[in-house]
Amino acid sequence: MSYSVPRLAEERDTDFMPQGEGRFSGWSLWEVFIRQRRGMSHVHAGSLHAPDAEMALQSARDVYTRRGEGISLWVVRSSDITASDASDADSLFEPTGDKPYREATFYQVPAEVKWL
Amino acid sequence: MTEHHPGRHRFEALLAAEEKVEPADWMPDGYRQTLIRQIAQHAHSEVIGMQPEGNWISRAPTLKRKAILMAKVQDEAGHGLYLYSAAETLGITRDEMMRLLHEGRHKYSSIFNYPTLSWADIGCIGWLVDGAAITNQVMLTRCSYGPYARGMVRICQEESFHQRQGFEIMSTLSRGAPAQREMAQDGLNRWWWPSLMMFGPPDSESTHSRQSMEWKIKRASNDELRQQFVDMTVPQAEYLGLAVPDPDLSWNAERGHYDFGEIDWEEFWAVVRGNGPMNRERIAHKRAAWEEGTWVREAASAYAARRTGKAA
Repeated sequence: MSYSVPRLAEERDTDFMPQGEGRFSGWSLWEVFIRQRRGMSHVHAGSLHAPDAEMALQSARDVYTRRGEGISLWVVRSSDITASDASDADSLFEPTGDKPYREATFYQVPAEVKWL
Repeated sequence: MTEHHPGRHRFEALLAAEEKVEPADWMPDGYRQTLIRQIAQHAHSEVIGMQPEGNWISRAPTLKRKAILMAKVQDEAGHGLYLYSAAETLGITRDEMMRLLHEGRHKYSSIFNYPTLSWADIGCIGWLVDGAAITNQVMLTRCSYGPYARGMVRICQEESFHQRQGFEIMSTLSRGAPAQREMAQDGLNRWWWPSLMMFGPPDSESTHSRQSMEWKIKRASNDELRQQFVDMTVPQAEYLGLAVPDPDLSWNAERGHYDFGEIDWEEFWAVVRGNGPMNRERIAHKRAAWEEGTWVREAASAYAARRTGKAA
């Protein structure tokens, strides 16, 4: 694989497991959202480290919009995002699976009826 | 302990269904470790890869070439940052990765331990090195780990510019004066074999590849990707009128592929072990850049702290 380096006998696996040592100068992690063009919502593009919101915006511009990817940026501190727990996915989202009557395709429309 | 973890069943079901594994999902330690190793090395390669090209920014032959090269080097920095972010979702911090790289415990692709001696080398890096990287990275867009696969999609979109600009440099040189032609041929002579080495050891010796394929981190073997690259690149060299430096290279109609000569694996392992032409210089330069930038990071932190009224 091009960018991976083959293992040497002396390589230590522990080098590649998180040791929890050090933080990136104490800079927070920020999530970057880009609005591609007017009329569209901001969509998550990636993340970066920055000491404050202003620098996060400047870095987001350099890291994520080098080719006209958008016209507006949001940066949100990652720690401010509350996420649903992946293990709750079944209880949260499963109930919609047995309610097909919420979909238009559930209903039969006579062929001769128009505009429905 | 992990063998009987209830998450294992779900993890295996995701792989079987060609669904992506996301950061919050349970995953085996080996899967996590393999990905951290691979993504960190990939990120380090992008970052160290700025050095051989950055070497030519001030000596680019025209303003247009200089602007292109600066844009390309900036892209490599961006690619490194996307990848560090992807690795961080697995639990390692940016600072740890940086420290391990600086201490020589994390490696990066050996291709960047070769020097860029002429302008043709910038053409060769784009055409051959980025060409080989794209072959590998297109495969990685289908990697089972979501954040890595998403990073690869973005990177592949940007890399195609890199490969084309490299080919254009080679094309211009090979249609130029005799000295320019010679320069192009010399570049190809020096970069061809190291580019083939980028795909890693032959499948027969690549013991960890099988596990990576089972985990769907890797979707094709080293030798398959290498063959694909040779098949794509040889006709491009013919178009340029340049000779691929391999006397054993020939089209095998029966296989429908090019046959090619034996790679010098001794050289390959020597460079991996740190004895390539530029290993020491690359890390020394990286460390110096990090240390010289300390005051900038400290100033930014101090400014942010003062504005939010917190102690620095």
